[in-house]
Amino acid sequence: MNTIRQVRTGELLSEILLAPVSRMDLIKYAGASGDFNPIHTIDSEAKKAGLPKIIAHGMWTMGHISQLFTPYYEEGFVHRFVNRFSGMVFLDDVLTLKAKLVDSQGTDLNFEIEAVKQSGEKVVHGHVIFRLYEH
Amino acid sequence: MVKRTIGKRSERVCNVVERGAVKRFAEAIGDPHPLYIEKDYGKHSRYKKNIAPPTFPRVFDYGKIEGLDLPKAGLIHGEQQFTYTRPLMVGESLYCYCEVESYEEKQARSGILGFLTIKYIGETASGQEVFTAKSVIILSEAVRRGR
Repeated sequence: MNTIRQVRTGELLSEILLAPVSRMDLIKYAGASGDFNPIHTIDSEAKKAGLPKIIAHGMWTMGHISQLFTPYYEEGFVHRFVNRFSGMVFLDDVLTLKAKLVDSQGTDLNFEIEAVKQSGEKVVHGHVIFRLYEH
Repeated sequence: MVKRTIGKRSERVCNVVERGAVKRFAEAIGDPHPLYIEKDYGKHSRYKKNIAPPTFPRVFDYGKIEGLDLPKAGLIHGEQQFTYTRPLMVGESLYCYCEVESYEEKQARSGILGFLTIKYIGETASGQEVFTAKSVIILSEAVRRGR
């Protein structure tokens, strides 16, 4: 079984490589989240808003990042989750999601997280505090 | 003016963490883990229930802040935070509201940008906090002038 307690400072959780972003991904996220801002789904609306083409919801990417921690919910939970959105994600972009343990204090494991495009551009960075249960 | 809404707060709205909504959300973030969607798996977990993903509070209704009417287009999501005292349980009711925490304007190359921070709170009926969230929304010059 996977255990997050054994991860040492400086080590990464298993990276996740996402499939290329598709329009259907964003339509599904719009429906599931209720965020129907058309810049995420309709080309002409994205252009009207001054964007080159439709962009993924920042929260689509942040939602995917949370996958990194799902296997460890028997050991603890996501206490704090902070994302800064620094770049746009377009259709067909391929994202790699990473979490690195940078520090731990008592039951709190502090991970640096990021989402990186195929080009190497970082589109999200932030951190997660994963809080371990004591028993 | 956005500035005048600083400190304003919405009325609490009751939201249920609905099983179907959690399943659709988990699928939409590519994470249909059985802890989120399979009843039996939840029952045998340490939570004795299914839980919801940490970004799920995006689906809740937080009520309306008087005087804050943001346009649909032209907003940029700059930053998002969630802080939990425990995970959300499928089937539970949460009372949610939001407030305008701050608004600042800064000079950028593209003109003056507005940085609006909204705080979201989810608590039990008796007022025990389960999560708080914060969104930083960036308003471009064009959006601000349109107001």
